[in-house]
Amino acid sequence: MIEWFTTVQIAVACVSGVLCLVLGLVGRLPGDVSMGAVAVVEVLLIAQLVVAIVSAPFGNHPTGSLAEFYIYLISAVILPVAGGFWALIEHTRWSTVILGVVCLAVAIMLYRMSQIWFVQGA
Amino acid sequence: MHPQNTIAPEQVTTPMTSRVSGVGRLLIVVYGILALAATGRSVFQIIDRFGEAPVAFTLSAVAAVVYIVATIALTAPGAGWYRVAWVTISFELAGVLIVGTLSLLAPAVLGLTNIDPFGRQATVWSVYGMGYLLVPLVLPVLGMLWLARHRPSTVAPHTPAAHA
Repeated sequence: MIEWFTTVQIAVACVSGVLCLVLGLVGRLPGDVSMGAVAVVEVLLIAQLVVAIVSAPFGNHPTGSLAEFYIYLISAVILPVAGGFWALIEHTRWSTVILGVVCLAVAIMLYRMSQIWFVQGA
Repeated sequence: MHPQNTIAPEQVTTPMTSRVSGVGRLLIVVYGILALAATGRSVFQIIDRFGEAPVAFTLSAVAAVVYIVATIALTAPGAGWYRVAWVTISFELAGVLIVGTLSLLAPAVLGLTNIDPFGRQATVWSVYGMGYLLVPLVLPVLGMLWLARHRPSTVAPHTPAAHA
């Protein structure tokens, strides 16, 4: 894990989450803006997965459990995809709200992942 | 022509046949995420460090299973699943209140040596679900309100054509 990248990623996930929540609550259907925000969150998660995989050869190891880290990361990668498909199938304002909830859940999971990587200790 | 299949998105007045429309879907998604979170964490804790706090981790796993059943019960139609949803959601509320109180007042009962809701022994119900932003405390209440307002439509009484 790279600290600054993770911080940026958490910020992006929070902004996307709040954006989708607001759009959904004012009655907007899932559209380019909300789906785009979720797509950005997903692309960053895949980047995070790549970073995690190549971290070990570079001597970048988590202070906590790598297995626990990957449980969070893989769950997080799946969430926006599931939410996105839901939004495509179920075209209502609540799907936009759900996209927001998914982004915020990803932000929380990233925060937990950063704790596992940086501060959990032995 | 009789427009019986015209879709009018903002004029849905048909009675709900299942509990999974509108804002209910949001409830189900949040339940699903909580079920995923509780399952992932409890499975990992049991595999990695079960000996540390067996009672707490077992309760955590039970909670995870109940969240999964509640998620399914909320999505499945019918009076039977409606009852299952009530039972599981009531169990969750009782669980978060009892375990939350015990974790604060008598953590030793749960075999906990560390009640940090974000720590390595944290469970979904510790300190009223603080580690999950109190979602485990709020969600059962919202779930009950939702269930109370969305009873399965009472089955129309069977009226046999007696006077044939």
